[in-house]
This record gives sequence, structure tokens and C-alpha cells, in this order.
Amino acid sequence: MVGASVVRKEDPALLTGRGTFVDDIRLPGTVHMVFVRSYLAHARIVSIDTAEAARLPGVLGVWTHADLEGLPATRSVPGMERPCLATGKVHFVGEPVAVVVATDRYLAADAAEAVVVEYEELPVMASIAAATAEGATPILDGLPSNVVLEQQLSATDAEAELAAAPHRLAFALVNQRCAAVPMEPTVCLSDWQSSGLTIWGTSQTPHHMRNEIAQMFGLSQQEVRFVAPDVGGGFGAKASFYPEFLLTAELSRRLRRPVKYVETRSENMTSMVHGRAQQHDVEVGFDDEGRLLALRVRITQDCGGWPDATGIGLPTLTSFMSGGCYRIPTIAPSFRSVVTNTTPVGSYRGAGRPEASYMIERVVDHVAAELGMDPLEVRRANFVQPGEMPYATQFEGIVYDEADFPGCLDKLLEHVDYEALRTEQAALRNDPEAPLLGIGFSTFVEMGGFGPTPLFEQFGYVGGWESANVRLNVDGSAVIKVGTSPHGQGHQTAFAQIVADQLSVPFERITLIHGDTATVQEGIGTMGSRGVPVGGSAVFKAANKVRDKAIRIAAHMLEADESDIELADGRFSVRGAPQQGVDMAEVAVRAFKPHLLPDGFDLGLDETAFHEPSNLSYPSGAHCCVVEIDRGTGKVRIRRYVAVDDCGTVINPLMAKGQIHGGVAQGIAQALIEEVTYGADGQPGAGTLVDYTLPSSKDLPRYETDHVVTPTSFNPLGAKGLGESGATAAPQAVVNAVVDAMGHLGVRTIDMPCTPQKVWRTLNAALASQSESAHQNGS
Amino acid sequence: MSHHKVRITVNGTAGEDEVEARQLLVHYLRETRALTGTHVGCDTSNCGACTVMVDGRTVKSCTVLTVTADGTDVLTVEGLDEEGEMSPVQKGFQACHGLQCGYCTPGMVMSATGLLLEQPDPDDDAIREGIEGNLCRCTGYDMIVDSVRWAAAHGGAGTAATAHAAHAEGS
Ligand code: FES
Ligand code: FES
Repeated sequence: MVGASVVRKEDPALLTGRGTFVDDIRLPGTVHMVFVRSYLAHARIVSIDTAEAARLPGVLGVWTHADLEGLPATRSVPGMERPCLATGKVHFVGEPVAVVVATDRYLAADAAEAVVVEYEELPVMASIAAATAEGATPILDGLPSNVVLEQQLSATDAEAELAAAPHRLAFALVNQRCAAVPMEPTVCLSDWQSSGLTIWGTSQTPHHMRNEIAQMFGLSQQEVRFVAPDVGGGFGAKASFYPEFLLTAELSRRLRRPVKYVETRSENMTSMVHGRAQQHDVEVGFDDEGRLLALRVRITQDCGGWPDATGIGLPTLTSFMSGGCYRIPTIAPSFRSVVTNTTPVGSYRGAGRPEASYMIERVVDHVAAELGMDPLEVRRANFVQPGEMPYATQFEGIVYDEADFPGCLDKLLEHVDYEALRTEQAALRNDPEAPLLGIGFSTFVEMGGFGPTPLFEQFGYVGGWESANVRLNVDGSAVIKVGTSPHGQGHQTAFAQIVADQLSVPFERITLIHGDTATVQEGIGTMGSRGVPVGGSAVFKAANKVRDKAIRIAAHMLEADESDIELADGRFSVRGAPQQGVDMAEVAVRAFKPHLLPDGFDLGLDETAFHEPSNLSYPSGAHCCVVEIDRGTGKVRIRRYVAVDDCGTVINPLMAKGQIHGGVAQGIAQALIEEVTYGADGQPGAGTLVDYTLPSSKDLPRYETDHVVTPTSFNPLGAKGLGESGATAAPQAVVNAVVDAMGHLGVRTIDMPCTPQKVWRTLNAALASQSESAHQNGS
Repeated sequence: MSHHKVRITVNGTAGEDEVEARQLLVHYLRETRALTGTHVGCDTSNCGACTVMVDGRTVKSCTVLTVTADGTDVLTVEGLDEEGEMSPVQKGFQACHGLQCGYCTPGMVMSATGLLLEQPDPDDDAIREGIEGNLCRCTGYDMIVDSVRWAAAHGGAGTAATAHAAHAEGS
């Protein structure tokens, strides 16, 4: 079944309104928590008056940090831990200052309005520039400045190599702040009983949350149960720990009732971690043939008001991937992480790798423009070749697995008549009524299948492995339990496909249990494209253990040698004697009959396996975007988008296509539409879906997809993961196309998002300077 | 806050409830009627996750006060089933992988159903136009468009929605 486009098992419930999202869960006696949030970006809290709020109907209580003495802070870099409610100071608009609990959400919201907070305003630093300016006030207490981490990840700063290169080019790039915007905001429901605490929450990492909460409350892990039921999208942002998990738990303990919190969208926009938010200063040295000789990247990461445990690691990942799919003799990345009066920054689809990919893919286009070469030729001159795989980069532990970078590009060009497009482009340039045509490429590599443990520990997780348990019931049906916890990825279906193949059990007779720490013993979670490569590999291994054991039982039943047993169509038979056989259910029943098995046989068919990836996997690919720019309005229309991806083994082509589409959509949106902005006063310019534009069905094109399959040898399935590829590949394909469309006018760069206004201005500035120089030449 | 009596039929079942004047229809459906298929994704009528059909027309139930829905006939995603079978639109979404996390899906399915009631055979542009008010963060929309086209070719809006619309027309 692996490789078949089966439709998803999870769909009927979701399609008929019978899925279970956290806010759908009803416990008798549930009360509702609402936050009082800061409307200022940086201020000292002078006083909080809760008296009037506490008197309102339905209100069970109002709490500030002072009322919750001893409640621990959220884990981060030591010295930068975030308290669950602001203590003394607020760091960004939307930071929780107090909580209200009432019998109904409307009453709780009324009461939150009645809480009066007196602030004394502090200087606001809502940008990297402001936070790093001379004399800037440190936002985090006890630190000397807002630069909280600085690191050089290479032995050299590459100055000598840059100076020695025949050509040298410097430019700056902005990877703007984006919001993940899962359609379901953060929701949690805590029920603290004498037997322990149960939390239902919108999380990608239930076991991680369980561990954190148990530690924070000094409970043993068996006393805390974290359940992530259906989760309405996560995109990395639901991997972070949020104060509401802790607060609903604590208030449930105090009130002896279940406490629910449902974030509104406008709260979500300022409260859920944002992504990207990096600035790059790039210098590249190259020769006449376009070969890259040296690359220096200085990354500045905006961390927001509190450094997030994952967010603080983003520039490391960007640094590791800064060479892209190219052989560059010297790469010198360094970064600094800056705290600003904005929403904290954490992981968002691709987390750190899209930033690298955007940077290096803009570099090759810059080099091409400088030399007057075709951007594809520059790519070809620099690709790491398939014969060089696995390819050890200069960064310890970053070893690209099997891949065929030039092969992906060749496959892409089978779909795109490049020459015809260039001819059309030239023709359209000469027609002032016609749109400008631009062709952009992205040949990328990213990281998937996150682990191994030493790397993943750095992000606060127990390990980088994943766990799975496969159980055969006595009727021959199977149950899988996994530690990955999906939020749209289709694990029910993909993992059932894997088990169906290994155990020859019909797909319909396999179910999956996930996202509940009471039923799944251990797990890490779903992020970093680790579902199939790591989770799926654990499932594969557990299924094989069950299979091996079942074969031993079948051999005993058939009085044959184990090596002669074959399993096909749910039936074990003896090689060469196909009429002699037993079916899966008979074997499963026999597994529980000690008197009919060899002495000391371990009963049952129930096996657990872990998969610790020996390395990350490295999905790669080649994407092409063709855009048309309206000369009058600057509006960019995507005419074609073609994606060739190499994610190794494809478990389910239908779902793979869906993942690529979704990722590409987010990448296109970053290139053209999305940006979280702040005023100088730290007020968010994007606080709702009115002012933060998500792409609708009319903003996005059709996508054409294809695959190159180079299985990775780093896991038994050969799968590399692809959840993040689209978002990693697309932004530069689009921006390269936009720049290409205006390249003949001397345009070399434009910052994302390429809004009509920005494109129109760039275009007209280029036209103006062109006519000016023509004028000067003529006079 | 004043309270009002409302009579609302939801998926064929009549109900009489006392609601607060400010209560939104989406909360009435989810809390009072315990029909949690209809979702909330924004505060601003932008996302469409809460789309239901009121008297045969699709509306965003987060923008409707329950009191103004007094006397209406509401169809939610739970009402699209045809004797335990999914409607053509629901089947189309499964066949064409038109959903991932499934959170936008009930609203998307209702909008698609409403579109097919009005235009039984929409082309791709018409489909994109018809679901423009429903945001999906997972799929990138392509396969949703395929899903709706599949439904158009396999029975359209379906009998439950068609009956609901006809009933609304007749009343
Ligand atoms: S919740 Fe109604 S449109 Fe978003
Ligand atoms: S399927 Fe997740 S938002 Fe549409």
C-alpha cells in the first residue's frame, strides 16, 4: 500500500462535523478563563485594580501574578524565562497581565474589560534597529543590552577569501515576520482532580507539554495527562509552550472545576509565536564562471519580547543551511539574537531553513545578474553532484543524504519550456501594453526528519527519536500507537499504509491512536517534517517486530521452519506448499494460548519500537514560478507554479501533493502578501484577519507537481519528509521571478512581501532612472 | 443584558430557547444546540469557518445574532448526511483530498454546497469565487477546487441541502 493514493481515514469525521477539537469538548461544570492583555508594548505595571471585575455576575475570580506566587516561568535560555503573567513589566502588546474566570465566556470577557491596569510607559523598541540603537533600554531585566545571544559558527569570517575572489558583491535581505495563523487558535481545557491533572490542548507536542507541566507543578508524569485531539493546524507555532496551559491548570486546581480557555483570533495574532523575522547581511565572492568561492552571512534574529525556547535556535538552523545545494569552499555564518517589544518569535513552517534557502537562492540570482549569466547556469556551476552524496558540509553533523540536485532541475525543465518563456519575455518587454513576464527558480535543500537526539535536545525535547507500538488484536485487526501527534498531516492513513504492508492486514482494519499521553507511552511530536521519516520509521520497526513474532507462531502452528514461512494476503504459508497455511487471526489467537505454544513463549502480539534517526534527512527539489506584473498597478499574478520535489519515498502521493500545495501556498503568500508589522510605538499593524491578509482561493494559482525519488539511507522507509519543503522553496521562486521581470530595467532586489505598491514603486523608480540616464547620454 | 425567546429549527429539529441578546448564532449552535461541527476561526467575519445555511442561503454565523435568526431554518454541516451517507460535496472532499486539518472544512463544505445550489456546474473560476470567503491555511485551495468540481459531477449540493433550500423557498 505504500505508494498508493488512498483516501484518508480521518476525513469522514472531519467532514461531517464529528471531529473533536478542544473547544468541542464539554465537561460538566466548566468555567471560562479570559486574559487581560497589555495594550502597551513596553511599560511598568504600577497597579492592577481587580475589585470591580471580581464583583461582576458569574465571576469566580481575578488573578494577577502576585496572586499566583510560586507559579513557575516558561523554560527558555537561562535568565530569560517568561512568567505566565507579566510581573512588574510588560514586553509587548498582547502580553497577559491578569486572568478572569467566569461561568460563561461572555461574562468573563465583560469582567476582563473591567480590570483597570495603571502603566508607566517605557521607551518602546519595536524593531531591531531601535532595540540595538545606542543607549537603548534593555527590555529583559538584568541584561546589559537587547542583544541576548551572539555567535559565529565558522572558524573564519571569510574576509581573506572574499578579498581574493575575482568578484565580490554585498547586499542585505529581509525575511519578514510572518504569522502561522492556524485556522484553529490556541485552546485548552484543564481538569485538575484529586487523581491528577488532565489537559486537552491544541499542541503538536503532547508529551513535551506533559513533561513541562509535570515538572512545573512538581507532579509525577503519571499524574499529568495531556491530550491533543483533532488540532486545526499548527505549522510549528503550536509546538511552543503557552502560559494558558499552566494557568488553566492552576486555576482548575484552585477552583476545583474544569477551566477552559479559547483564544480569539485577535489575541492569536499577538500571542501565538510569529515566525521568520530575520535580517541578513550577505557578502559573496565568485569567479567569472559564476562559481561561488566564499559566502559571509550575518544574521540578525528578532526574538520578540521573550526569547522562545525554539525561536532562539532558528538562526543556528539558518546558518547550517546557508550553503544550500551548492559546493561553496568557505561559508562564514554568524548571528545575533535581539529582543524587541513585539510578539515572541518561534517556529513557523520550516523554522530557520526557509530563511537560509531564500538567502542563498537570492545570492545565485544576484551573481547571475552581475555576470550577465543565466541563473540556471550559475546553479549548474555550483551544484553538489549526486556522486558526492552523502555530502558533509563544513558544519559538524550536517551531512546531506542521497539527493540529485541537478536531476531535480532537469526534471523541472521537462515541464517548463524555458526557451519559449524567455522568447515570450523579450517580446512582452517591447509591448508597453503587455504585462512584464518574470521567470524565477528555486533549487533548494532543507532539513527534515528531525532528530537525532543530541541536536533535538537543544530545543528542549527529551530526545530526537520517535516511538510506536503496534498491536494485533485476536481477530487479526491492528492498532498503532504513535508519539507523533498530527494536525492535518494524515498520520492515520500513512501509518496504516505502512502497517498494512508489513503485516498484510487490510488497511480498513488498522486504526491509529495518537496525541494522548495516557495511551501512548512516549513521544516527541510532529514538527520538522518528522512524521513519516521518524514516526513512520518507528511504526515500520514495531510492525516488523510483530511480524517476526507472528512468523514464529505460524511456524510452530505449521510445524515448519521459520525461514520457510511466507506472509501474503493476510495468510502465513509454507514456502513450496501454499495449501498449508494459517491466517492472521488464527495466529493472533494462538498468541494468547500458552499451552499451544513453545514453553516460555512471550504471549501476545504487541510490540514497541523506537526510531532514532542517525542523521537528519534533506528533502530537496527545484521549483519554477512564472509571474506577470501589471505595469499600471504593480500587481503580481502567478501564471504558473511548477514544483519538483525529492522527498525520498512517497507513502501516499495524494497526501504528498496536499502537503506540497499547502507549503507552496504559504511560501507564495510570504513572497507576495503576508507581513506582521508594528508601528514605532509597538502597536501591531496586523492584529486581525482584516489587516493580516491570508491568501484566499482567488489569490493563489494552480500548482503543478512532480517528484524525483532518491530514497534516503538514513531511515528504513527511505522517506525524507516534505511538510516544510513548499514553504522553504516557494518564496525565492516567486521573488526571483518578480526581480527577473524587471531585470532589464536594472532591478536587482526587492523585499518581501512584493505588494502591488512596492512593485509599482520599484518599477517606476527603475523606469525613471533609466530615462534619466538615457537623457544624460543623449545630451 | 436582555434575554429573548427564539424558535430555531436546526437540521430539521425545532428548538425553543431563551438566549442573551448579544449571543452570536455560532455560539448558539455550538453551545445551546451542542452542534460543534460549526467552527470559529476569527472575530471579524473573514475566515468562513462558521458558515451555515439559514433559510437556504449561506451565512457566516459569527456575524448573526441569534435573536435575528428567530423563526429560521438552519442547516449545519451535521445536517448534510443522507441517511448516514456523506453528501456529494463531503464525498468530493474526501476523494480529492480537499482537507488536511479539517478545521476550515465544515464552513468550506457549506459554502461549496451553497455554491452548487446556485450554480450546479461552476467552472474553476466560479468555484474560486464561490469559496473566496472561506480561508484554508492547509491546502492551498487547489484540491478544494477539485473537490467541488467532483461534487458537481456526482450529485451536486445533495438531497439534504436541496430540500432545505426548497423548503426555505416555499415558506
Ligand atoms: S468565525 Fe465566522 S467568519 Fe471567521
Ligand atoms: S484544512 Fe486546515 S484550514 Fe483548511
